[in-house]
Amino acid sequence: MYHKEKSIQTKNSASALYNNLGVLRIAPRRLTYFAVVHANVVNMVSASWDGLDYSHRQLQSKEPNVATSTSLVTQAAFCVLPSRDLLVVTSQKGIQIYESDGSIMVYWHALETPDTPTDKAVFARGISAVWESYICVGVSSGSILVFDVPSKGSNITLSEVLEEHTESITDMASECSGSQECIADLVSADDGGNLCVWKSGEEFQLLNKIHGFDMSCSSVKLWKGTVVAGYGTGQIRLYEAVTGILHAEVNAHARWIYSLDIAPFSGLLLSAAEDSLVRVWHLNLTPESNSVEVAHLHNECVTDTQICGAKFCDSDGYAFAVTGYDLSEIIRYTQS
Amino acid sequence: MSSRTLPLLFINLGGEMLYILDQRLRAQNIPADKAKKVMNDIITTMFNKKFLEELFKPQELYSKKALRTVFDRLAHASIMRLNQASMDKLYDLMTMAFKYQVLLCPRPKDILLVSFNHMDAIKDFVKDTPSILSQVDETYQQLIEMYSSLCSGEFQLIRQTLLIFFQDMHIRVSIFLKDKVQNSNGRFVLPTSGPVPHGTQVPGLIRMFSCAGEETNRLQFTNGGNYTAAVREGSFEIFGDRVTKLGTNMYSVSRPVETHMSGTSKNSAQHTKVNAAPNPLAKEELNLLAKLMGGLEVQKPGNTDSGFRVNLFSTDEEEEEALISRPDELAYGVINIQATKDQQANAELTKIMGEFTESGDQSPSSSKGDDLLAMMDGL
Repeated sequence: MYHKEKSIQTKNSASALYNNLGVLRIAPRRLTYFAVVHANVVNMVSASWDGLDYSHRQLQSKEPNVATSTSLVTQAAFCVLPSRDLLVVTSQKGIQIYESDGSIMVYWHALETPDTPTDKAVFARGISAVWESYICVGVSSGSILVFDVPSKGSNITLSEVLEEHTESITDMASECSGSQECIADLVSADDGGNLCVWKSGEEFQLLNKIHGFDMSCSSVKLWKGTVVAGYGTGQIRLYEAVTGILHAEVNAHARWIYSLDIAPFSGLLLSAAEDSLVRVWHLNLTPESNSVEVAHLHNECVTDTQICGAKFCDSDGYAFAVTGYDLSEIIRYTQS
Repeated sequence: MSSRTLPLLFINLGGEMLYILDQRLRAQNIPADKAKKVMNDIITTMFNKKFLEELFKPQELYSKKALRTVFDRLAHASIMRLNQASMDKLYDLMTMAFKYQVLLCPRPKDILLVSFNHMDAIKDFVKDTPSILSQVDETYQQLIEMYSSLCSGEFQLIRQTLLIFFQDMHIRVSIFLKDKVQNSNGRFVLPTSGPVPHGTQVPGLIRMFSCAGEETNRLQFTNGGNYTAAVREGSFEIFGDRVTKLGTNMYSVSRPVETHMSGTSKNSAQHTKVNAAPNPLAKEELNLLAKLMGGLEVQKPGNTDSGFRVNLFSTDEEEEEALISRPDELAYGVINIQATKDQQANAELTKIMGEFTESGDQSPSSSKGDDLLAMMDGL
């Protein structure tokens, strides 16, 4: 179904972090941007579609002052808003927002970090653009920071702080089908496997809370009102977002799931885990019977590699890219 | 990232160090009483009460340089001496072994079981010496207290922090190559077969449900591997069967310890760039080092009576050759600290301070209430 293409070499290897691959397709310029985290650095690659031009850039995590120890980056993700595309980088010290090519930092938000380290680590993690003008970022305390983003310029403001989770946020996702009919806009996941479903607005509204089963949910997606969640047990669960009804349960991987992605036009689902496997599934939603069908389509094994990031490169799922711990390349696959 | 990583890193690396030294002491036919003294001295130092107190405080992981210095000191806590080349090799083996264990752990929580395997072995080394034994026992308690209540996600954070520390290390270890757990490119073999972790199901089943919660359909898919059901869970108590073999002693007199230096430079070059922080050691690192070196009795290196040298290589020539041919990228950049009990604590710390501050960098951290550094600044 898919075959391997030429890999893109990166300056450093990828770190073992959840959802460690950002992909942004820029059709007008026939380019795709990739972002991969290595310790305290984000490696960005801009790849032309004809495979001839590659340019690299490195972004450092921001240090409040020189004397403190390095701040590790936890995630780098592209946020697509109607008016602009941005790159959000979360770290132990705070949140940096850049123009999508990484050229300029437009905003910096510092996390409140204690003077001496506490038992519980402090960091930001979990990034999602939501609806018209919001970027939501999770924090290790369980808080979710909602930033209001103007259509241009750097006047980004902290609009709201959502306090619903009590455990560290792991991942967040917004409704990606493009449909205006969906009630739920955002889902957030935490280390306890709990999922919160939100409606965005001047004040975000909690629509539903789906309780976890004491196992971290490391990656989450929201598509056509369905939450797709990947867990540390290797299981994937599909829930109806607003009601919390369990649609399907898949014993998908033999190890901790690190990344999920959905191709919204085709309903393809991509899952990747520490077990070296990337799997492609198909989701079929039948609104009349309110049921979801899950079919397994394809496996790719990246030998001797614990995968940490996997994303489709386009909305149809025609191609996808993969990163692995200690691997200095972005592996690409295309449909045959 | 996780502020609870250092104790696990230290105990597991220390455990591996003891396995290797134990093997070399026997391979070199060091008299039993001397060998025992070395092991006891090192373990006593490792489990020094004040040191462990510092270790267990919530803090970021040390830099590679700082941690290597700690282990240098630890290895020289007795009458045994190691040349630079042997110390380098010892540290290579220790770190690659623990990296392997961390990677192969089925669940992040299993790193605790690996730690208990090391602790169990250490306990066995000192079972005839009650004073050290009690200190080891107390450490079990501290481990259980600190880690038992952590959730799966927090263990994964610890694991991720450790993996960042071990990033890009691909030194080939002979015993791993022979056992086919490491490839010739230095990467570890990750099998897609065997038992799944405790709490995980064998991949292959898709279950779909109606709104009422009834199962409407079941589908099977090929998982691309050869998995079996999970085995029983290991014990997280002070005593018990840990079940996993990770963290147990893989060396014996007949299985020597060797590393290959050639062919590793291509990938290793990357990791030194990221870790060569321009800043001097962070305040916390200096604190710990000071505590470790300040109050501990040092054996004068010149004591020819009972002192002896251990070689991690088969011959002296090999050891010399290894030192010369070690690729630059793999140099740990460790400074030899010749701290003796005669020196004033302040002077000692000045010396450490002086040796760590790189080529004219201004003194570090201007944060308030920093007693240790203020003391140094005033000297």
